[in-house]
Amino acid sequence: MEAAFSVLVGLFFAVGIYLILSKHIIRILLGIAIFGNAVNLLIFTSGRIVRSTAPIVPQHLDVLPAGAANPLPQALILTAIVISFSFFAFILVLAFRAYQEIGVDDTTGMRVAEPRGEPLPPMGY
Amino acid sequence: MGTGAQSLTFLALLLPFLGAAVAPALTRVFKHNAAWLLALLPLWMFIHFAGFLGTVSAGGTIAGGFDWIPSFGVRFSWFLDGLSLTFALLISGIGTLIVLYSGGYMKGHPQQGRFFSFILMFMGAMQGLVVSDSFMMLFVFWELTSITSFLLIGFDHDREAARRAALQALIVTGMGGLSLLAGLLVIWNITGVQQLSDLLGTGDALREAPFYLLALVLVLGGAFTKSAQFPLHFWLPNAMQAPTPVSAYLHSATMVKAGVYLLMRLNPVLGGTAAWETILPVFGGVTLLVGTVVGIRQTELKQMLAYTTVASLGLLVMLTGFGSDRAIEAAVLYLVAHSMFKGALFMVAGLIDHETGVRDIRRLGGVGREMPVSFAAGTMAALSMGGLPLFFGFLAKEEIYAALTAGSTWGLLLTAVAVTGNALMFAIAFMVGLKPFIGARGDIQKKVHEGPALLWIGPLTLALAGLVSALASEAAHHLVSSPMASAVAGSVLEVHASTVPHIGLPLMLSLVTIALGVAAYLLQDRLRDAVAGALKAIGWGPDRGFDQAIRGLLRFSFVITKIVQNGRLDIYLTVTFATVALVLLVPMFLYGELPEMPSLPGLLPHEWTIFAIAVIGLGAVVYAKDRLTAIVSLGIQGLAVALLFMLFGAPDLSFTQFMIETLSVVILALVMTRLRLSPSDHRPAGEKAVDVIISGACGLAFGLLLLKVTEMPFDATLSRFFEAHSLAIAHGRNIVNVIIVDFRGLDTLGEIAVVMIAGLAILALIRVTTPRKDRPEAAGEG
Amino acid sequence: MRTLIFRTAAPYLTALMLLFSIFVLLRGHNEPGGGFIGGLIAASAFAIHGIAFGVRQVRKTLHFHPMAISGFGLFLAVLAGLVSVIAGVPFLTGLWTSPTIGGLTVDLSTPMLFDIGVYLVVVGSITSIALALEGREDD
Repeated sequence: MEAAFSVLVGLFFAVGIYLILSKHIIRILLGIAIFGNAVNLLIFTSGRIVRSTAPIVPQHLDVLPAGAANPLPQALILTAIVISFSFFAFILVLAFRAYQEIGVDDTTGMRVAEPRGEPLPPMGY
Repeated sequence: MGTGAQSLTFLALLLPFLGAAVAPALTRVFKHNAAWLLALLPLWMFIHFAGFLGTVSAGGTIAGGFDWIPSFGVRFSWFLDGLSLTFALLISGIGTLIVLYSGGYMKGHPQQGRFFSFILMFMGAMQGLVVSDSFMMLFVFWELTSITSFLLIGFDHDREAARRAALQALIVTGMGGLSLLAGLLVIWNITGVQQLSDLLGTGDALREAPFYLLALVLVLGGAFTKSAQFPLHFWLPNAMQAPTPVSAYLHSATMVKAGVYLLMRLNPVLGGTAAWETILPVFGGVTLLVGTVVGIRQTELKQMLAYTTVASLGLLVMLTGFGSDRAIEAAVLYLVAHSMFKGALFMVAGLIDHETGVRDIRRLGGVGREMPVSFAAGTMAALSMGGLPLFFGFLAKEEIYAALTAGSTWGLLLTAVAVTGNALMFAIAFMVGLKPFIGARGDIQKKVHEGPALLWIGPLTLALAGLVSALASEAAHHLVSSPMASAVAGSVLEVHASTVPHIGLPLMLSLVTIALGVAAYLLQDRLRDAVAGALKAIGWGPDRGFDQAIRGLLRFSFVITKIVQNGRLDIYLTVTFATVALVLLVPMFLYGELPEMPSLPGLLPHEWTIFAIAVIGLGAVVYAKDRLTAIVSLGIQGLAVALLFMLFGAPDLSFTQFMIETLSVVILALVMTRLRLSPSDHRPAGEKAVDVIISGACGLAFGLLLLKVTEMPFDATLSRFFEAHSLAIAHGRNIVNVIIVDFRGLDTLGEIAVVMIAGLAILALIRVTTPRKDRPEAAGEG
Repeated sequence: MRTLIFRTAAPYLTALMLLFSIFVLLRGHNEPGGGFIGGLIAASAFAIHGIAFGVRQVRKTLHFHPMAISGFGLFLAVLAGLVSVIAGVPFLTGLWTSPTIGGLTVDLSTPMLFDIGVYLVVVGSITSIALALEGREDD
């Protein structure tokens, strides 16, 4: 099962990075969303995969029975999902505002912070 | 030594910094008269340290301290022997006079409080430097003196010359400090001790170590920059941009002697070798000649004094490295004499400048009648500097000649250098200390009168000290010179020089020096023109070299920055991901750590279906022709992930993922409807191919990595802990939730703070609007 | 999107989702659920309400600014930690008590308070983001 997940995670990474590498801000956004899923699945898989038993202690037991899913990666991923959504929303708005202000949807045209042909710094003291 | 005295010494080290903290407030209340109050601090320190004279002159030492960073064996500890104590007394004693002088000199300056503060800070740093026992403490205080010197040189920071001089001094002496640190680390490595007092007991260990030369060169790097040895001397004359009290205190009497102090301190363990006795006299001798020759060419009082300071430091280094006990005695005497007469002369020069408004020696003359006290102080200081009998400078000069002529032919050469240097210094001493007061009235616009008491107390006291200490030479030697010389030599020495002239070779050489000096004084204008012409012919000097180096550095960093930060996001990302792929793949192939070929996974049909949905969703995002398709496809792959979580035992994740995907699609749709954009690709085919290769390699790398990781045995220690204790100690059956809110609650606290900050940032981004005129016109750039 | 059917169904949908979100939040300690999921459900509820009736209406219904709710949530989460400090145990150590109120035994704990804090932070922040994006023109 882990093998199938590994292939899928590789595919998620490849697609996410391919989209991020394009210079188009919308595609970069889509890429980042997919990249987030790729990382979550990576953590999930490295905690080993078990079919269908959630890490919840049954009513009649005191300890989780053997064979249940690993709770640790799940806890890590749960917060990661929410944070990556906040981050996604932030860059979405950032891209949107940048497009409104600068008027280009291509990162090569976004040169406000690092403009072309900057002069030498002053040579005095 | 009792704990009471120990804490008092600690207080003495701390006091200047406390004074620095209150100085601005005091100055606001008492104006320039705050100087009287602030001078009590160094005065008390002087008295405290003077209390140790008895112990130290009897051959004892005073030590104390406490652990500072015990895990590294670093201590905050002090150690006072004849050498440290003499320096401590010079620093606090001259410091007292300088604080008073600053009160008069900076009177009415809007930042006088800050000036006092810096001066006291420097005093604390310098005091700490000379009494430091531990290497770390020595280094910290060493750099602290460089920093306070930077602040003081650049005190008039609205002048570019002052800023340049400050930066130059900081760079040169700061680099030297780093060199010193490296040297101390090498010494620590060789000997295994990090206290100076322990180091002095290691005998020949350093001299015989294979890395002796490395340690020596690194230590000299520190000493020569601080003590302005040629060719690193150029920062010192430039440092005259500082107000005169600073020049008198830091750049003649104390800080620049830190390098000499270091050499003297380490003489017992580093000295006595061929390298030591070659490098030091050569650099010192050259510095002495360069300093005096260039000094005679100057026309500005402070510049002339600055170059003689350079020369004097050269002389001290030369004597320290000469290698005889007599030379060490001479160095000790000259060091003390120099601190007194040079401090006094600087203050007199400042006094003349303050009262007449003129600093040019060619325009000064005949103000002795109006300024009798300054006249007296200046003349006495000049007599001491010129090495005439009855003054402490005479003792030093006699001893210098006695030491140098006792040597071989090598000594003869150095004697010639010393005579030339001393003769020129004699001339300059009288140009500064005598010429402004006598002769025809110079070209002075202001109405001249004697300065206030605050201004003349300092120079007069120092000049008189030069006289008194020479007259009472026996006591002075017993209390100061002999203990200090013994500390430098590492064996007991008795200094005997007295102010009564003895007929002999040294006296003859003194007479020659004086004769030459008088001649130089009388011919000063012609000498000045000749040297100026020669210097002009040479043209280039280390000072200009510094400018060129700084400019080169700026240009270089500019070019590097342009390459590294080219402003193209796509290049940054390409480089980043290419590196990621290489870092993951190369070691895997290089060390044969590739995962084994997995068997065909035994997934159930509905699981295969969800995998297929995820893949279709991914493909559709890449190939989407319009924005709605792209958004929906993104939702599909997210949904597939949520279903995977559901099927493989993670209902919590599944719910969360499902909600998030829904919200993502909603907000994407909301934004996209406003953004009139098509999501289709507009990259040329070549770029696309590169991107496909890089992203493919990254995907492959992560896939292989994950495969390899899952093939390894799984360490479930942490998971087992949570599983076993979730219900028992956290009373929760949903282990994922228990981890989030209880076991790892602090992480979650941080995470929800991030979520909230993201919310705030988004709100701010939406609210903020750029004014129309600031908006960059980017029409031609897309 | 403001169709009649949607506008009629939206209030019920919102109310149900809010109720469900609190249910999910409270059962989270023993069953799937918790502050993060509950918060997301509630935020979706407000987003739906916003699409149906406009942002101004939601802001009026909420009374507080969503970021204020979020801030209050963070405050509660820190408070849950500080209770432990006052009780003399390290920050954020879980404390439990089961007082009987009106004959009904209620289990209370600082992790629960913390989870409510998480819930409010998520509700507030995500609602704020959604509302900001939905209704910029009339904001």
